[in-house]
Amino acid sequence: MSKTLKITYIFAILALLLAPLVVVAAVSLNGPQSLRFPPSDLSLRWYAELFAQSEWLVPLRHSLVIALLAAAVAVLIALPLALYAWGRQGLAARLLTGMGLAPFALPPVISALGFMIFWMTFGGYGQIWATIISHGIFLVTLPLVTISLGLRGIDHALIESARVMGANRWVVFRSVILPLLLPYIVSGYAFAFVLSLNEYIIAYMVAGFTVETLPVKIFNALRYGYTPILAVVSVIFVAMSALIFGLIGRFGNLPRLMGAERSQRD
Amino acid sequence: MSGAPSHTVAPRWLGLWPAVMLTLFFLAPFGIMLAVSVAKRDASGFYEWGFDPGSYARFMSAFFAKVMAVSLSVSLAAAAICVALAFPFTVFLASLGHRMQTLVLVVLLSVLALSEVIIGFSLSTLLSQTAGIGNLFHWLGLIDAPRAYTPSLFALITGLCYIGFPFAVLVLYPPVSRLDPEIVEAARVMGASGPSAFFGVIVPNLRGAIMGAFILVFVFTLGSYLLPQLLGRSEHWTLSVHITDQAVYQSNLPFAAAMSVFLMLVALALVGLASLAGRDKGAA
Repeated sequence: MSKTLKITYIFAILALLLAPLVVVAAVSLNGPQSLRFPPSDLSLRWYAELFAQSEWLVPLRHSLVIALLAAAVAVLIALPLALYAWGRQGLAARLLTGMGLAPFALPPVISALGFMIFWMTFGGYGQIWATIISHGIFLVTLPLVTISLGLRGIDHALIESARVMGANRWVVFRSVILPLLLPYIVSGYAFAFVLSLNEYIIAYMVAGFTVETLPVKIFNALRYGYTPILAVVSVIFVAMSALIFGLIGRFGNLPRLMGAERSQRD
Repeated sequence: MSGAPSHTVAPRWLGLWPAVMLTLFFLAPFGIMLAVSVAKRDASGFYEWGFDPGSYARFMSAFFAKVMAVSLSVSLAAAAICVALAFPFTVFLASLGHRMQTLVLVVLLSVLALSEVIIGFSLSTLLSQTAGIGNLFHWLGLIDAPRAYTPSLFALITGLCYIGFPFAVLVLYPPVSRLDPEIVEAARVMGASGPSAFFGVIVPNLRGAIMGAFILVFVFTLGSYLLPQLLGRSEHWTLSVHITDQAVYQSNLPFAAAMSVFLMLVALALVGLASLAGRDKGAA
């Protein structure tokens, strides 16, 4: 098939994926409180409105706090796990890795119900830290995958020579492994951050009635009808995801992170 | 990689911390959920320890059979559409340059990460009466008056395809990009046309990966919780929606837990099947 045809196919599908987002972006510019496309009386007033209403600012703050801390929890569990499993073949290493990958492979409602019953039984139900830990555990998979990928790319000869020069494990880790691993740690953190920000069902079932996150707030607001603020929030979320993944793509090797082995930077 | 002990950079005790955390906050919740699934229902919305297989007995009801039938058929349809569209997409994507691939991946990841509630809202706007494609069709003269296309089964499957497509591409991406381009090159040199190289060489080589991706997308869409509520009617509610409904609104934790255990077994069996299918050829 010719190159033009391939590119046309790719762009046609991307256009379909972007179509609803474009409509929402346009709708967010409506002046009056209605969902019209094309928008009437173009204005940015709903963007100002979002940052003036505590009804929306509180969930926004909850979401940011949860995502920042949950991604840190995920990395703090994934980093030692990946280091432990690196070069080990035993049952313990394989079991641990499997446990780190499992939460993400199952339908999220299962983990959500598990967390809900767990926190109800031991206290913590309805608390923000319960949501943070739950998200952290649920998202361990992402930094685990990126960090393991980074470790696979490290040349063992490099570590061997550091050892020969007399460096102990800690020095090897700090001065050889950590600098090489840092981009993978950062992208794992970023992936977990974005996904936590957008996660609904766990946040809802663990503390949805007391600690409203932005996705929970959007869903609740949808029941009372549409307002352009919903479109504004959606636009901001899309922009934030695109920005973070764009940065990873710009400064890291996204095709390699996603599992392509041949792709080289030009 | 040689397994010589001097190569393990991390000390053994380092595994202890993730092991404790994952056991405490991942295995323990699952264990408790398993126990609750056979517990007695408590009128206050909590549960009482005990052994009562009654929640599992409810699986035999017509209600549950219908929920399962809806969940499975809707997800199967979405998974089939996603993989059919995503496979050629991924093959073409892998043949592009590094910059283009990065750009497309950024778009796919941004869409994939997007909250279901935002996707549901965006699609219901696109399919709505005042701001959607109904307007466009009316303007083009295809229909007499603008109409809404949501909520409906069509809207629900569109939504599931929307979340499933980027996922399908990312699952297919590693095996597709590992496929040796020389195989295709060889087929072309031997005189195979583009489409016949595609169906005669690329598809058979990646049969296992395609099957694996199909199953994983199926499990992924099976987990969708918000889209059935935002884009479908109540008869289109899937198992995920009913689990939450039982846990939060009907205050029947044991039944919710039993359904959740059931869904987990189905998902685990399917994921296991997918990794077997993927090992078939994709690992070469």
